[in-house]
Amino acid sequence: MTIHLDRRQALASAGALVVSVALPGVAPAATRASRLPLKPDQLATYISVNADGSATAWIGKVDMGQGTDVGWTIMVAEELDLAPDRVSIVQGHTDVTINQGGASGSTGIWKGGTALRNAAAEARRVLIEMASERLRVPADRMTVANGVISDKSNAAKKVSYGELIGGQHFDVTLEWNKQFGNDLAITGKGKPKSPVDYKLLGKGGVRRRDVPPKVLGTLDYMVDVKVPGMLHGRMIRPPIAGAVPTAIDEDSVRDIPGVKVVWKQGFIGVVAPREWDAIRASERLKITWSDAKPPFPNQAAIYEHIRKADVVHRDVEQTVGDVDAVFAKATRVVEQTYEWPFQSHAGMAPACGVADVRNGEATIWSGTQKPHYAAQGVARMLNLPLDKVKCVAMTGPGSYGRNDAGDATMDAAVLSQAVGKPVRVQGMRFEGHGWDPKAPASVHVARAALDQDGKVIAWQFETKGFSKRDLFTNEGDPAHTLAGQLLGVPLKHTAIFGAPGESYVFDTKRKASETIAPLLDRGSPLRTSHMRDPGGPQTTFAVESFMDELALATNTDPVEFRLRYLKDARDIGVIKAAAEKANWKPHVGARKQLVGDVLVGQGIGYATRAGTRVAIVADVEVNRTTGKVWARRFVVAHDCGQIIAPDLLRQCIEANVVQSASRALWEEVKFDSHRVTSVDWQTYPILDMTEAPETIEIVLINHPERTPTGAGEGATRPTAGAIANAIFDATGVRLRQAPFTPDRLKGGLA
Amino acid sequence: MAKRIELNVNGTRHTIEAEPEMPLLYALRDDLGMQNPRFGCGLAQCGACTVLINGEPTRSCITPVDGIAGKTVTTLAGIGSPAKPHKVQAAFIEEQVPQCGYCLNGWIMTTVALLEKNSRPNDAQIREALAGLKCRCGTHASILRAVKRAAQA
Repeated sequence: MTIHLDRRQALASAGALVVSVALPGVAPAATRASRLPLKPDQLATYISVNADGSATAWIGKVDMGQGTDVGWTIMVAEELDLAPDRVSIVQGHTDVTINQGGASGSTGIWKGGTALRNAAAEARRVLIEMASERLRVPADRMTVANGVISDKSNAAKKVSYGELIGGQHFDVTLEWNKQFGNDLAITGKGKPKSPVDYKLLGKGGVRRRDVPPKVLGTLDYMVDVKVPGMLHGRMIRPPIAGAVPTAIDEDSVRDIPGVKVVWKQGFIGVVAPREWDAIRASERLKITWSDAKPPFPNQAAIYEHIRKADVVHRDVEQTVGDVDAVFAKATRVVEQTYEWPFQSHAGMAPACGVADVRNGEATIWSGTQKPHYAAQGVARMLNLPLDKVKCVAMTGPGSYGRNDAGDATMDAAVLSQAVGKPVRVQGMRFEGHGWDPKAPASVHVARAALDQDGKVIAWQFETKGFSKRDLFTNEGDPAHTLAGQLLGVPLKHTAIFGAPGESYVFDTKRKASETIAPLLDRGSPLRTSHMRDPGGPQTTFAVESFMDELALATNTDPVEFRLRYLKDARDIGVIKAAAEKANWKPHVGARKQLVGDVLVGQGIGYATRAGTRVAIVADVEVNRTTGKVWARRFVVAHDCGQIIAPDLLRQCIEANVVQSASRALWEEVKFDSHRVTSVDWQTYPILDMTEAPETIEIVLINHPERTPTGAGEGATRPTAGAIANAIFDATGVRLRQAPFTPDRLKGGLA
Repeated sequence: MAKRIELNVNGTRHTIEAEPEMPLLYALRDDLGMQNPRFGCGLAQCGACTVLINGEPTRSCITPVDGIAGKTVTTLAGIGSPAKPHKVQAAFIEEQVPQCGYCLNGWIMTTVALLEKNSRPNDAQIREALAGLKCRCGTHASILRAVKRAAQA
């Protein structure tokens, strides 16, 4: 049976409402009824005290496995003077939290944590005020320990948080900045503690709650959601990107039990009671596709395409002085070009989503970073009021930006509405790689004007590439999902590459980026969206490689050269800390040191990101015969302002370094004129255990008095530049195109 | 055509009706309702579906369900329990290894098998034994620490 979709069709009334389905991931107490109304200026939206005196913090952000929720726990427990195991966190679910942007832009601790800290400080103030009234003791004579408020001069006079308000809601209004999403900020009259009073924050040792169930195999992941009566769905993507089905032959799957085909325009999927049957049906269904013109250039010509393409948008990110005038009078000009390919999120599994759309309501289960936006997108797509769409935030197969999770959620919602039953969709591996949103390919041209003393008097950096945001950073609009694009909704591309700034100080300087049109504007497997540190790794690879080339051009040590053009003490601090820990030996040019059978080299990379500073020194070994690089040792100096949980911060940095090393050494989305041909781990290799670094040494620089500015992405930014510079030191080969694969390096070594 | 197939999983016998060529993974997840192992690639390239079959780490995503009659299947949840975790699980918890954790079946089950054969592997032997596994979050450094800890346990 083929179901032809009409987005405006009245919702089928088929199927009784499922009663008392246990929702994976939601504690029984966390029901909508007990949480309404959720208003952004109400303390009760963020903090509640339970009957036993423990506290729950509610946040519209999501931890994706870095332990951000431990950071939130620590920040709340510190302000409330509770043990961390007496603070629980509920994150992401749209019916019990408010939209604070989800996981996004390294703002989990910075903005989400700051909001919770302010809320907890206000809760403490209010609780002390309540205790003061009840005990008839002035508030300034009160002290708090383990959730018990007592009279400093008479410990017998005491009352617990639970006795004061356990099980009831705070009725307290906060100052709210009228923003939702990442920028939501709140403050109360209660001021957060001064760092000198910290008992917990910054000390480490608080354990993650999600680790034991993950390791013991007891955690319900996104893929484990089962809803009574649920069907399994699989989407079918075209053999030529841009082609749409013109006819289907249902007889080709008629022998598979219970299969239904759902088709409208470019959106085509199958559902079946058994998952294996849905998979078989998706493979066997005979489809006639439209005669689409192959949309992509030859892979080898991608950078030529970028250079020649019309510019649709130009940003000047940084400008100081009259760069052009200075270049005109330069003694010497150095210019180099760097290239970076499309890269894939390539999650551990293709995304999965479950939707139950019936009776004018929808519940969606999603591994998305941004559950509130996922609910908005589904509501718009299905023409449902937003308050009738609930998103349950589930643990997915990792997430480092806008990956395919939002697409799978929307696919499930469209299928569920069409068949009137709950539907679970998961992609196959070739869809995970081949059809997830991509990070954009780009070309970076760097120029410097030198005076007669070798001083850089002008510095110019021009990027040209695809937008980093064909799709917005969230799936809150159907235009930003594959399903929406395949169903013909009007597109809303944003043309912006957006090269992030760095903090080198030159007398004159211009940093600009130009954006070109997408290769295929609708339903493209090369559509772009944010991937861990959007624009950062590629731009910083080019900047940091060029800084080394300028150091060589001016007969200067790479570390010394950078320090000449930095003024900020924290910028200088991370570079000096990394160099010292790495036992950096000043040198000019490539040393080509042979140790045993391998060439060894050391290189530095440095970046700032939204206030966080990171310097990385990489030590590499290069096999002279194969050209294979082992990034053996990294030293990372990391300054993200205030440190909340140093142990988790270290692990977060380590994983950023390994993932970004993988992107630098191996990762490139391959495609031909018809389609993406990187479709699995053979055709899109990533770093494996034999190539993992031997050591990652981390120097944490703490500023307890400063705002914590985030660590989710900062250490991803300088890695590729550090590795490229180390490869140069080892071999004398300057790689200006990523990734640094054996073939590419072998060519230079010959 | 679907046929009756007997499975012995974590010490319990089950009988299912399935296409004989259906991979074991779908029998475990959909017929037996287990949360793990998980689908990662369906191509034996990543390890997220790894189970032990007669003690050997095996990719259940490409193993036809018909071929394991008479063999024992052990999953991640079958090697230890919250009360008594396997020493490899205990080490992974102690080192707080996972980020998303989706890949853990492969790393833990392959390590269990490695330590059965070689109770004191060196760094190179550990890396070689774990070479065919993927972790996209980049937790390799934590994994190495945990495997070394488990080998000392």
